[in-house]
Parts: sequence; C-alpha cells; structure tokens
Amino acid sequence: MSYLELLKLASPEIVVVITALAVLAIGLASTRASDICSFVAALGLVLAIGAVLMLPRNATLFHGMLVISPLNSLFKIICLALAFFTVLLAYAKNSLRNHGEYLAIILLATIGLMLLVGSEELLMIFIGLELTGLSLYVMAAFDKTDVRSAEAGLKYFLFGSTASAFTLFGISFIYGMSGTTGLAAVGQKLATQSIQPLLFVGIVMTLVGFAFKIAAAPFHLWAPDVYQGAPVPSAAFIASGSKVASFVVLGKIVLVGFGPVHGSAAWHAMIAGWAPVLAVLAALSVVIGNLVALAQSNVRRLLAYSAVAHAGYTLLGLVAGGRDGFSATLFYTTVYAFTLVGAFGVVALVRRETAGDDLQNFAGLWSRSPLLAGCMSIFMLSLAGLPPLAGFFGKFYLFSVAFRAGANHGLLWLVALALFGSLVSLYYYLIVLKVIFTDQSGDAATSIAATLGSDIELLQRITLSVLAIVVLLLGIMPGILLTQIAVSL
Amino acid sequence: MIAWTIYVTFAGAVVLLFLPGGLSRWIALITTIASFALSLSAFFQMSIVDLAHFNTIVRVPWVPMLGMNYHLAVDGISLTMVLVTGLVAIASVLFSWDVDHRPNEFFFWLLLVVGGSYGVFLSADLFLLFLFYELVIVPKYFLIAIWGSTNKEYGAMKLTLYSFFGGALVFIGIIAAYVTAGSLDLNQLAEFQFPPQLQSWAFPVLFIGFAVLAGIWPLHTWAPTGHVAAPTAGSMLLAGIVMKLGSYAGLRVAMNLFPQGFQMWRNWIAVLAVIGIVYAAAVALRQRDLKFVVGYSSVSHMGFVLLGLATANALGVSGAVLQMFSHGVIGALLFAVAGRMVYRRTHTRDLDALSGMGLSQALPFAAFSFVIASAASMGIPGFSGFAAEITILIGAWKTYPVAVWITGAGMVLVAAFTLRAVKQSFFGERSALGGSTASPGDAKSYSASPTFVTSSAERSIHPPHPPDLAPITLVEKCGACLLMFATLAVGLYPKLLLDRIMPAVEAMRFLKSGS
Repeated sequence: MSYLELLKLASPEIVVVITALAVLAIGLASTRASDICSFVAALGLVLAIGAVLMLPRNATLFHGMLVISPLNSLFKIICLALAFFTVLLAYAKNSLRNHGEYLAIILLATIGLMLLVGSEELLMIFIGLELTGLSLYVMAAFDKTDVRSAEAGLKYFLFGSTASAFTLFGISFIYGMSGTTGLAAVGQKLATQSIQPLLFVGIVMTLVGFAFKIAAAPFHLWAPDVYQGAPVPSAAFIASGSKVASFVVLGKIVLVGFGPVHGSAAWHAMIAGWAPVLAVLAALSVVIGNLVALAQSNVRRLLAYSAVAHAGYTLLGLVAGGRDGFSATLFYTTVYAFTLVGAFGVVALVRRETAGDDLQNFAGLWSRSPLLAGCMSIFMLSLAGLPPLAGFFGKFYLFSVAFRAGANHGLLWLVALALFGSLVSLYYYLIVLKVIFTDQSGDAATSIAATLGSDIELLQRITLSVLAIVVLLLGIMPGILLTQIAVSL
Repeated sequence: MIAWTIYVTFAGAVVLLFLPGGLSRWIALITTIASFALSLSAFFQMSIVDLAHFNTIVRVPWVPMLGMNYHLAVDGISLTMVLVTGLVAIASVLFSWDVDHRPNEFFFWLLLVVGGSYGVFLSADLFLLFLFYELVIVPKYFLIAIWGSTNKEYGAMKLTLYSFFGGALVFIGIIAAYVTAGSLDLNQLAEFQFPPQLQSWAFPVLFIGFAVLAGIWPLHTWAPTGHVAAPTAGSMLLAGIVMKLGSYAGLRVAMNLFPQGFQMWRNWIAVLAVIGIVYAAAVALRQRDLKFVVGYSSVSHMGFVLLGLATANALGVSGAVLQMFSHGVIGALLFAVAGRMVYRRTHTRDLDALSGMGLSQALPFAAFSFVIASAASMGIPGFSGFAAEITILIGAWKTYPVAVWITGAGMVLVAAFTLRAVKQSFFGERSALGGSTASPGDAKSYSASPTFVTSSAERSIHPPHPPDLAPITLVEKCGACLLMFATLAVGLYPKLLLDRIMPAVEAMRFLKSGS
C-alpha cells in the first residue's frame, strides 16, 4: 500500500484541509475577508463532494482506520453538504471578526466529521471525535463580544472533555477485553465471550461518551446553553453535522462492535444486552426534552431541548437494531440535520434583524418576510412530524421498525412514549408558528427592522428556500434518500 | 378521473398563494367548483355495480422498500363523501367571499383542508390515508388562530392538540396493522387475518383515535370550542367534512381491518354514541351562544353516525354513511347562517340579544335558511336528516333496541334545542329599544319586561323599524341554496345515494364474516 494510494483514498479530506489552510491564509491577508473566504470555503466543499463521488466503491486501509464504503461515502457527502449550508448561512456583511479563522475551523470540524464517518476502528473514531470536538469548542466560544458565547464554549469544553475521557476509558476496556481495535474484529472476539462485568462497564462508558455527543438525557445539560450562546452558525453545525456523524459512529459501534453481546436475561423481550441502556436513554430524552421545551421562551433554547427529544426518537432505531433499525436511524438523523440547519438559518436572520432570538422577536414575521415565515413553518412542522414533510415519514419509518423489532411487541411502550412526546412537541412548535403568523410585530422589532432595512441577503434566502424544498421533497418522495441508505447498508 | 379532485385542489391552493389578494377567492371558487364537477361526473359515469367494491384508480409504487404505494380507489361510500366534500367546499368559499384580512393565506389553508379530505376519502393505502389525515390538522390551526373569533387561540390549540392526540392513537394502530400484516394496501389488509389477541387492543386504540375527530363522547370537548372559535368557513369545513374524516376512517380502516376486535368492542361504541347524542343535545339546550348550540348539535348528530357504525349491519352502517353526507350539508348550512349571515351583521351570537332584534323581518332569507336547516337537523321528513336517521334507527333496532328508545328521547331534546334556537335567534319578540333585552333568569323566556314597552297589540299594528342590517348578498344566497337543494334532493330521493352506498357497505369484510 503506497502513499499515493493513501492520498487517493483520503482525497476528500485532503481537499478540505487545503481549503481550510487557504481560507486561513486569505483571511489574514485580505481586507474583503468574509466575501472571498466564504466563496473559497464553499468551493472547496463542493470540490470535496466531487472527490467523494470519485472514490472507489470499497477499500480498507490500516485495519479499518480508513474505510471506503457506500455508507461512509454517502455520509461524507451529507456532512460536507451540511458544512456547505453552514458556510453559506455564516456569510454576512457584518460578520464576526476573523471570519477567515471561523470558516477554517468549520472546515477543520468537517474533516473531523469525515474521519469519524470514514473509520471503523476505535482509535480513529476517537481521533475523529477529538478533532471535531476541539473545533466545535472553539466555534462555540468564537464571539468574543458576547459573554454567553464564552460561557457556551467553556461549558461545552468541560462537558465534552469529561465525556471524551469516558469514551476513551470505555474504549480501553473494550480493547482490553477483545485485544483489537477494529470494530468488526471486536465484534467477532466479543461474540465468543460471555458477558463480564468489566465488559459491561466498558460498553456503558463508551455509550455515555456518545450520549453526550448526541445530547441524550441525562447527558444533555450542555445543549441549551451552547445552542443559545454560541454564534448561530456554530450552533447550527453542532446541532446538525456533529449529530449525524455521532449517530453513524454510534450505530456502527453498537451494531457491529457490540452486536453479538447478549444480555443475561431478555429484559422486556428486547434484543441485545446493551439495548436496555439505550432504551432508557431514549425514554429519558423524549420525556425530559419535550417537557422542558414547553417552558422555553427563547427559540434557540427551545430548539436545544427539542434536539434532546429528537435524539431520543433517533435512538429508538438503534434500540430496534438490525439493518432496518440502523437505516431508520440514519434517515431520521439526516432529515433532522437539514431541518435544523434551516431553522437556525431563520433564527440567524431574525437575530440579525431584531437583535434577539426570543419568541417575541419572531412576532409578526409573516408580515416582514413571508418567505422566512414559510420556511420556518416547514422546518417546525417537519420537526413536529406532520405530513407531507420529511419528519413525518421519518417518524413513521422509525416507529414501525421499532415496533416490529421487539418480540411480542416488546418496544410498544417506547413507541407509545415517543408518540406522546411528539404530541407534546406539537404544542411548542405551534407556539413558535403562532407567534410568527398571528402576533403583530412588536414595537422594538419594527423599529429595528426599519433602521436596518430589509437587510436579508439574497443568498440566505435562496439557501433557506433550498433547504425547505429539500425537507418537503424528502417528505413526498422519501425514496430518494431511503434507497441510498438501504443500498449502502 | 375522480383522483383529479385532489390534484386540482392542491394545485389551486399553491397557485393562489402567489396571486394578488382579490383574485384568490375566484381561484378558490373555480377550484372547488371544478373538483365538485369532477366528482359529479364520476357519480353519473360510474355504474352502481362498479361502485359496489373498492375500485382502484391509481396505483403507483411510492417507496417499494416499505410496500408503500400511491394507491387511490373509490367505491360508493368514498364517492358519497367526496360529493359532500365538494358541496361544503363550494359553500364555504361562497360564504367567505368578503374575507379581506390576508385572503391568500385564508383560501390556501381552506383548500388544503379540502384537498386533504379528498385524499382521505380516496386513499386505498394505509400510509397515504394517514398522511392526508394528518395533513388536515395544521391548516385547521391556522384558519382558527388567525381568522377566528371567540377564544381563537385557545380553541385552535385545543382542537389541534386533540386531533393530533387522536392521530397518535391512530399511528399506533396503523403501525400494529402494518407490522403484523407486512402490507399497507387496504384491500390486502382487509383480507388478512389478524390474530384476535392483537385485534382486541389494536381495534379500540385505532377506533378511538379516529373517533376523537368524529366527536365521540367524552373526547368531544374540542368540537364546540373549536367550532365557535373558527371563522364561518372554518366551522363549515370542520363540522361538515373534518368530523366525517374520523368516522369514515373508523369505518374504512378500524372496522374493516379488525372485524373481531370490532365485534368485541361495538357494544361500548354504541353506549358512547348514545350518550353522545343525548348529552350533547341536553347541553345544547342550555347554551346562550347560537354557535355553541350548533356546535353541540354537531356532536349530537355525529353520535348518530357512530351509533349506525356500531350496529354492524348493512342498514345501520349505510344509514351512518348517509348521515355523514346529510349532516355534512346541514351542519355547514347551520354554521353558515349563524356565522356569516347573523354574527357578521349583528356582531353578537347571544340568543337573548338576538331575540330582541326581530331578525325574521330584517333578514328574511337568513330566517328562511335557518328554518330549513333546523327542520333538516331535527329530522323532519323530506330532508336528508330524516332519511339518514330513520335508516340508522331501523338498523339499530335489530341489534340495540334499548338504544333506539334512548335515542328517541334524545331526538325530542334535539327538537327542543333546535326550536329554541330558531325561535330565539330569529323569531323573538322585537322590543322597541331595538337592542338586547336581557331578561333575568330562564333563558327560554323572551318577552321584554312590560314596564317600558308598548303593549303587544300596539307592537303588532306598528312594528318597530327593523335594525339596519346589510341584506343577504347574492353570493350568500347561492351558497345557502346549494346546501338546501342538496339536503332536499337527498331527503326526497335518498335512493340516489343509498343505491350506491349499500352495496359498498355490504361488500365490506366485517359484514361478510358474520355479525
């Protein structure tokens, strides 16, 4: 295996690295930093998507450290697309200082995501997690003029480091038990062993680390402050890209690595030994996320708690297990990620216009910008799970897979809980829409809007419309994404 | 052909969103008339034999991996429901002719409700039916929250959450059926033998989920609040069509897929239905707000539908379908008069206030429509309500004779509250003050206190000048005449519809497998 081969197989990552360095250089050198850097970053991401499409269909390097497979390539493209939309939404006339550095760090985080998605080996997964995590911590703290950004970054960093420590410790136990770090090999080794307490500790610790990443309760406490305090593009990327990649990796670890591990007794007739842990996490996330979201008056915090709830729904697919479960999980988290980027995009524009993102800042949005109101309603209703949007199909698929999985409908309780969580969530999504459509613009909002003018850039509008159309399209014709995922599993 | 009702409606909805406000109502009118014309043409073209079973119109693979197909089909029952949807849709557009606050969005949401309803009635794929069923929920919220009146935000949220709650229960039932049978095609599912154990819990969950939207007691409280809060067109659509979505889906999905479960639970359904009829009628008797009276009457009439469904014989179920048509038209007409004709002009719905206004002289056409609608609602022969209710009662007599006795008593209550509403709203004694004559105590008394008006003899010789109210417009007259014609036509010649409904009902599996 030559160095050239490695370069060819890692070409997407290399393209993004070069783009990141170029953006960094241009940002320092040029005065019109934000325009050129955004353009270069976006171009680089598009080229990287092209590079992914030109990869061979299957290849493995270094015992699973870099695996090219249809699934990995698909999710590299999805992560790159999410980064692309984030870069577009970060573009603004009066953006943060050091816009070039900001974009470079987004790109570095993207590389971390691609490494995560592209590996099936525990050490590389950890490296990907760390690269992503460190970039995201910096992105969260990037707005030096806002004390909440610093708070968000610090909380995210402290939480994240602890969680990473847990993950690493858990991984080391797994390594100790199995003697290898490649996921497939780990799975084989664990199949031959009976479950031991040490292995159980290792599994739980690894799951704890990942539960932090996906903001599953009770490891979600960082989410509200980070989603609210970080600069909006950072929050968008954390909510979307990081989640998608984490679910891909979690799925692989749990289904490939831990798959053969059976529990001592079938608890509520569930599938594998680790499934009860995930089921409890899912149930807690759904309940806590939805109930606390009811009390929120700030849209970003509301989205954070709803993210917790959606992590719960998505975990349902992993609890169900099997190819169907994994495919349902991946479909739902992808759809969710695009929806969240769109929702945060709307929040960014409203924030720019009215200097705030509480519910009252959204009042009367329909009269100031019907396009934004329409896009936001598509995003909120998709999150609530209403047809004909993607969230509806995603939930249907997820719940039917979960229902089918348990023997004697053992997961019925979880499906019912998730459905009633959805019902509760409809209330707070409708409140956001009520404020947008029925309330009149507050005085503060109209006066600020008057001074800034309708300063909503055309690019942002196009981006949001594209995202809204994607969500609608995936709801009407889910086969587009579903067959891709199913074929690649 | 009939599938085009769905496409035309949705296309119209999207198109009018981008047009100037004044045009939107015309586009809405053209769209609804076109869809109704399509369904009428299907009505006359399709032979009665064809309509006896569920004919596939369109079947296109949608998500082959999950067995989802875009599958539309029609039979006599579906066709009846599509007809009533068309009628009520045209009438509601006509009665919203003067909406000037954001008309584009108003007609957009209105057409979404109509299109979604067409979709539910024509779906033959379980997922597609559920998709259209849930699609209708959000437009209702916006229609009420933006253009509604009394307590609109509370009413809208309550209605939406109740509907979604019903939808959640339906979701569980649908997933249970899908996972057990491995198919989403309604025809295949109807043939599938579900294990009785599954049916015993899946049927009540599924049926109650659908029945929430049909206004089953005690999960009916969203209906009066929501209907009162809604704008006129909203109430017409809600009472006329959306409540029927629940009962139709209960018939098409719950009863047809889980016949043994239905047999296990139908006594309970009959009990709840009868309670609903009597309870809602009794509550309507005490209402001071005209629209609340009409709202509770809707719940009472839907109780008839549920009773008919619970009888599990061809006659009762056919009567239920006919009642769905009949009440769709009658309920729409009642809400149209109460909302658009009366409330918009007098700005009050309080029966005491209305009784002092002498509306029978000020708005003679409105009085005429309301009398016709009330007669139909009471079940007077010659109108569709009689045909439907007598069919249901004959069917119920075979299985639940006690229910028929109790319902008979309930019908007396229905007559009582209807007559009270008619008398107080239109035919009250006009007072010389021309305003509200709030009499203390019993709401049934209408006579003004004798100390400050002239004697009744003088009043009859020199009737006070009727209040200056805008006359009923031509558009409103068209809408009302359309609905009155429909109820009269079906009332005088119910065979028109029953010939198409009964064979379709008899073909349904739950009747064939012995009841």
